[in-house]
Amino acid sequence: MLQFDTLTLAQGAFRLTADWQAQKGARIALIGPSGAGKSTLLAAIGGFLRPTQGRILWDGQDLTPQDPGARPVTTLFQDQNLFPHLTIAQNLGLGVSPSLRLTPADHARIEAALEQTGLSGFGPRKPAALSGGQQSRAALARALLRDKPLLLLDEPFAALGPALKGEMLGLVTALADRTGATVLMVTHDPQDALRFAPLTCLVANGVAHPPQPTAALLDNPPPALAAYLG
Amino acid sequence: MADRALSLSAAGLAAALFALLLAPLVALGLSFDGLTLGAAEAAALRFTLWQAMLSALISVGLAVPVARALARRRFRGRGVLISTLGAPFILPVIVAVLGLLAVFGRAGWVNSSLGALGLPEFTIYGLQGVVLAHVFFNMPLAVRMVLQGWQAIPAERFRLAQSLGFSPADTLRHLEWPMLRAVLPGAALVIFVICLTSFAVALTLGGGPRATTIELAIYQALRFDFDLPTAARLALLQFALCAAAYLLATRLTLPSSFGAGQGRAGGPPAPGGWRRGVDAVAIALAGLFIALPLLAVVLAGLPGLGDLPVQVWQAAGRSLAVAGASTALCISAALLLALAAARGRGWPALAATLPLAASSLVLGTGLFLLLQPYVRPSSLALPVTVVINAALALPFAFRILAPEARSLYSDYNRLSRSLGMTPWARARWVVLPRLSRPLGFAAGLVAALSMGDLGVIALFAGEAEATLPLLVQRLMGAYRMETAASAALLLVALSFALFWAFDQWGRRHAAI
Amino acid sequence: MNRLFPAAALALLTTAAQAQTPVLNVLTYDSFTSEWGPGPAIETAFEAVCACDLVFSAVGDGAELLARVQLEGAKSEASVVLGLDTNLTAQAAATGLFAPHGQTGGNDLPVPFDDPIFLPYDWGYFAFVYDNTKLATPPTSFEALAASDLKIVIQDPRSSTPGLGLLLWVKAAYGDRAPEIWAALADNILTVTPGWSEAYGMFTAGEADMVLSYTTSPAYHLIAEEDAGKSAAAFDEGHYMQVEVAGKLAAAPQPELADQFLAFMATDAFQSVIPTTNWMYPAHMPEAGLPEGFAQMITPAKALLLSADEAQAARKNALDEWLTALSR
Repeated sequence: MLQFDTLTLAQGAFRLTADWQAQKGARIALIGPSGAGKSTLLAAIGGFLRPTQGRILWDGQDLTPQDPGARPVTTLFQDQNLFPHLTIAQNLGLGVSPSLRLTPADHARIEAALEQTGLSGFGPRKPAALSGGQQSRAALARALLRDKPLLLLDEPFAALGPALKGEMLGLVTALADRTGATVLMVTHDPQDALRFAPLTCLVANGVAHPPQPTAALLDNPPPALAAYLG
Repeated sequence: MADRALSLSAAGLAAALFALLLAPLVALGLSFDGLTLGAAEAAALRFTLWQAMLSALISVGLAVPVARALARRRFRGRGVLISTLGAPFILPVIVAVLGLLAVFGRAGWVNSSLGALGLPEFTIYGLQGVVLAHVFFNMPLAVRMVLQGWQAIPAERFRLAQSLGFSPADTLRHLEWPMLRAVLPGAALVIFVICLTSFAVALTLGGGPRATTIELAIYQALRFDFDLPTAARLALLQFALCAAAYLLATRLTLPSSFGAGQGRAGGPPAPGGWRRGVDAVAIALAGLFIALPLLAVVLAGLPGLGDLPVQVWQAAGRSLAVAGASTALCISAALLLALAAARGRGWPALAATLPLAASSLVLGTGLFLLLQPYVRPSSLALPVTVVINAALALPFAFRILAPEARSLYSDYNRLSRSLGMTPWARARWVVLPRLSRPLGFAAGLVAALSMGDLGVIALFAGEAEATLPLLVQRLMGAYRMETAASAALLLVALSFALFWAFDQWGRRHAAI
Repeated sequence: MNRLFPAAALALLTTAAQAQTPVLNVLTYDSFTSEWGPGPAIETAFEAVCACDLVFSAVGDGAELLARVQLEGAKSEASVVLGLDTNLTAQAAATGLFAPHGQTGGNDLPVPFDDPIFLPYDWGYFAFVYDNTKLATPPTSFEALAASDLKIVIQDPRSSTPGLGLLLWVKAAYGDRAPEIWAALADNILTVTPGWSEAYGMFTAGEADMVLSYTTSPAYHLIAEEDAGKSAAAFDEGHYMQVEVAGKLAAAPQPELADQFLAFMATDAFQSVIPTTNWMYPAHMPEAGLPEGFAQMITPAKALLLSADEAQAARKNALDEWLTALSR
């Protein structure tokens, strides 16, 4: 269970509060105007921003003192998800062993992950030799390998076309189904939310509101969301 | 955790550096009464500031067109030329001065040609000579720094510019100018501060006591008047000027934020037409300006190279050992400070800039006073030289590493941390491969500087521990000017070989 | 870096061996002790008679030497300081760090010289050296030099002993007219270098017509290079002398050996090495006389030398005059 316990985040004059919880395995879309704090919330979960107040708990355990790498979290960032100087296999390997000390069994797992994401044979290539969609798949493959119970998507597919994006979301769904991961996904697109996330959290006016069923929320949007949806 | 450890060790290092630089001043009896400058000192201060400012502005101003031409043109010998850019900077001062005189002096090539054409003579002695020499030393360094800035603009941005139909002027305004705003103040700062402590060049080419710098006033205080507190005060003044210049440069610097590319190959677009001609002229003139004095050094030293006395080779071995140790020490320290600076802190950069303003005479004298009660100074000649060379070369290594460390941090720190990479794993898989090009360049420069720098060894060396630069000086002191020229050529050749080897290593291992 | 460990080990060994062989430490300037200076031959000769280990420590030049003596104070390891000149000895004596030498026996200097603390070991005349293949009729005085178009290179008195010597040369020759001479010379001075070697290097590279050096400098070219093309110009005013001296430190760890070394300085074994290594005149004429070639050196009509106290009193003022005249 993911829990925000009277959480307050601050960056300069900007403030964001959250005080709700989500069940394990939940898929939640974060929607709201630009600059409302969607990415800030993910950064706090990921360990890149210390809360000014309150706590973030996973399974009742406070995450605040943990380093980003030690948290039960995988984040797919908007960009820079891959090191351009390492091969795809090495980039995936970092998900297995951050010091890249890999056993033959690890290599086999990496191969399997590549296969599952449709990247068989791309292991020895560098990211620059891959298309945008393939790069996203590689990042997803690493998330699969890391197998963390919390998956945070900070618009990693924003640069992809609609068809590709749909494909990626399908891949995320399949991945989450298999691992039972709890997923939080930032999106600008209500269609993404409808397709992917049974629950949606509105982030606006300094508050990340408790998640509500997506369809109901979109059918009957509160004023802040209505203004955003236009 | 890893970040804490990094910050703490960088802070410890910076504190040690401050102590190393400032403790000698205290040892010399620095006191704060009577801080006013005498008329002679004020004149020295004015001249020092003026020549340093001119040298910095001209070096940087000339470096921009040369660096741009090198960034966007591909031609045979380009790699060699870029490597040779490191050479003037690593020449021992007296060798470089004699090389410059062979070209620009009274009996030099330029004046012989002018005379043959019936044109008036060019006089190198005066402010123009001081600035000319400083530009010769430092402009190539500025070219390397600016060139690195050009190469750091991701190819994607240039492609975007081309696809938007940018004219060269648009590219300049939107891509190159922001890069220059980020790179030039730092480059100018480094050169300004180097020239602040100029002494032999300023005096020899300045034509006499008109060209008195603060460093010469320090000599006078230490040697002529034996007035240690005055020397300490003047040394502090140099540090204060350095710190002020640092703050000014920091204000002028606008960090560019190009973001990361995918490391695709390709540089800035190479426009044709008259711009091609301008680039060719810039490269040709800069090449000649650097190559001719070097050629003079080679020609002077070549005849005697075959029968150098055995002591020269022994001294060369000692110098190589010193250079190796200084390089290892300096590069580790510079990397640590650059990584700490990348996390947005200001003090590492200040700590890594101050050594530029250190008066090596004051540093050596102060250290001598500090160490003498406990050990025989001559038994420490080589270790002290290693530490001092590393400290004095640190600013250059830091300047080269810092911008790249900054973009590495902003582009990949989040990812490395979210993957839980340990400091060692980050060093092995991210920092070293991504920084190998600047690391190689910096290591080459530091090694070469440590070979050539006389630093403070003259204050400590006994009869047995002469390094190659000291031996060159001894040969000259014994009338053996030709042997000295050959030993100097050996010194230059070894320095350059070290520089070239490290630089090539860095470029070969540069992670694409 | 592996050299450091042998060096440290050697230091330990030297300490251990000290019980048997006493070490005499002599502080001197760099070119004296260098491979091409008098140091190595003198070390061998003295060690043959003293049953001791003679160790030279070297600093840059005479001016630096005095600074070093003052820095080290009474804690110096050295027993003897060798290489100050008379322009610096008053200041050196005033430190109280030196002891009277107690030697008798005089010297062969061209002027009377007797100092209770400092003993001369060699001397020379400052002079402007020129290339006689390019310059047929050199100037014969400062005034003639000032009237000519010749370009000279000199050394800065603030960082070099020859530079200081020139300052006092003009002062000794012209007294109150010194500023006037400097003002007239200003356009002949191509440049001023920090030390002797830079200036001499520029001269041999053909950059200047004349360089401030010694009347004996041409002997080096004549004897070591078999080149008769360098000469020293004889000036009618006379030539200022540089007298190089050694003194015993009051806190000398090895006072007896120091006395023995000072006495040894007057012997042939020491003096005969001087002319062709330090390229100066020996303070005591060796039995075999001077090497061939020295006979061709000019002999100034008049030897100028301010006493140590006069030099000390004059130098600050002379420097100011020099700075004023050349800063215009």
